[in-house]
Amino acid sequence: MMIALGLTFLMPLAWVVSTSLKLPGQVFITPIEWIPTEPKWDNYFEVFRRLPFHLFIRNSFFVSIMGTIGMVLSSLTVAYGLSRLRWPGRDFVFTVLLATMMLPAVVTMIPVFIIFKEINWVGTFYPLWVPAWFGAAFYIFLMRQYMLTLPLELDEAAKIDGASNFRILWQVIAPLCGPAVATITIFAFLQHYNAFMEPLIYISKSEMYTLPLGLLWFKGRFGNFWHLVMAASMITILPVIIIFFFAQRQFVQGAQFTGLAGR
Amino acid sequence: MTATTSAPGIQTQPQTRRRMSAAQRRDLRDGLLFTSPFIFGVLALWVGPMLYSVFLILHRWNMLAPPRFIGTGHFERMLNDPLVGKSLVNTAYYTFVGVPLQLVVAFALAVMLNQQIRGLSVYRTIYYLPSITPAVAFAVVWVQILNPEFGVLNEVLHWFGLGPINWLFEPAWAKPALIIMSLWLTGFQMIIFLAGLQGVPKELEEAAEIDGANAWRRFINVTIPIISPIIFFNMIIGIIGSFQVFTTVFIMTDGGPQNATLFMVLYIYRNAFELFRMGYAASLAWILFLIIMAFTAIQFFFANRWVYYEGKL
Repeated sequence: MMIALGLTFLMPLAWVVSTSLKLPGQVFITPIEWIPTEPKWDNYFEVFRRLPFHLFIRNSFFVSIMGTIGMVLSSLTVAYGLSRLRWPGRDFVFTVLLATMMLPAVVTMIPVFIIFKEINWVGTFYPLWVPAWFGAAFYIFLMRQYMLTLPLELDEAAKIDGASNFRILWQVIAPLCGPAVATITIFAFLQHYNAFMEPLIYISKSEMYTLPLGLLWFKGRFGNFWHLVMAASMITILPVIIIFFFAQRQFVQGAQFTGLAGR
Repeated sequence: MTATTSAPGIQTQPQTRRRMSAAQRRDLRDGLLFTSPFIFGVLALWVGPMLYSVFLILHRWNMLAPPRFIGTGHFERMLNDPLVGKSLVNTAYYTFVGVPLQLVVAFALAVMLNQQIRGLSVYRTIYYLPSITPAVAFAVVWVQILNPEFGVLNEVLHWFGLGPINWLFEPAWAKPALIIMSLWLTGFQMIIFLAGLQGVPKELEEAAEIDGANAWRRFINVTIPIISPIIFFNMIIGIIGSFQVFTTVFIMTDGGPQNATLFMVLYIYRNAFELFRMGYAASLAWILFLIIMAFTAIQFFFANRWVYYEGKL
């Protein structure tokens, strides 16, 4: 039963892989030929010849990396202020943080677009990655929960040595937050990499498309060539599979952190 | 804190107190400084825009001509716009049929993975991966899976002597088709459930076993209450997300057939970015916002009847 269910979940991905290696005529033969007799690797090169996927890859990685750096730095900084320092107003800021985690983003979609248009950011990459530098409630919360598990004696010892909070964060606390940083890195990267609505709203020039937009464009232009569309899909999915393969532990850890969030 | 930081004999009491209050001031300054990115973010990306959208609601604006005040005109217009009701009903259908099914599937998968089975990490990967792949990529694939003529789903149904079903081309089946697809994307919820199940204390289950509770009773009376906060968490997040579904419908059906999959966010998107009715779109967004907040509040209200918080009662 486990095996049958596993295969069911795997089927869509298997279909992408097998179709992406077929000749056009083989795509719709039933029963489905899951393993093409002669895998046609050239489909992948053909995708690059038809649309500039190398640009889409570059754009996607640029936005994802910039967003991820911002998310990690802002989470560390804000979480430090919320977990290691005692100050009046801290609980209020934390309450606001919890509230924004549950606010539906749809309400700000249109006004934020107009604001970005006013400052001439529409048509640039800025709206896609700059917001991450102000932190996102979920990641800050995750980091705060992690920081709360570190003993306060660390800060106190450093304070006696005369270290400023800034130094304590970067030299004492941040180096100990490895697991939380790793989890946020993975989640934030994928969030930016998978983002669809933001690029759709803010990016119009095709050479600035990220992979999701590029793939949609490809499907629109060459929708009848399913073997190529599937190869293009595979090019989009592949980085995610590679990341998952190398970072499985962080994903599971992330779930455990969020499990804490539920409690 | 005083006891640990001031070594006896080095500092006298008054000095310590003065130093502490200086430290407190420093902590207040640093507290605000360290949280300032978030505070600025909330003001610039939440509070400001929400206030601004109140202005938008009261005006008619296509982003070319200057905004024109129309008061409650947008809301009167909504009452006469059949697509508003249609998209609300569609969204509610998708959420209230879809989310319970998603929770059941995610939970069942987690329970299965929680048994000591071989190849756990392989199964975990298979179930989790779909939920983290770019929506466009799997949406494109699912259009093919749901294809009435060549799609795999109809082929599977055919083995059992069922179908063929016109899935995305038939108004009655389009929403169920999207819900079926959403079940394939429950990996994130599953992995959260799994983390929760692994945190259920073994002693409690053993104690219940000694008291003579069978596996089913242990599951209902021990496991479920312990992880009820996680069920609650997944439900809240699931409903908020489901009300705002956009990407998959935008790519797979674009609201069709016959507006059967026209969901609220898709309709808001069309008004704002295809028809440039900024005020009307902002008004619709506020309506959806209030609906989601209301359902979230209702869930919190009923939470203390069934969600068990350890040590809180």
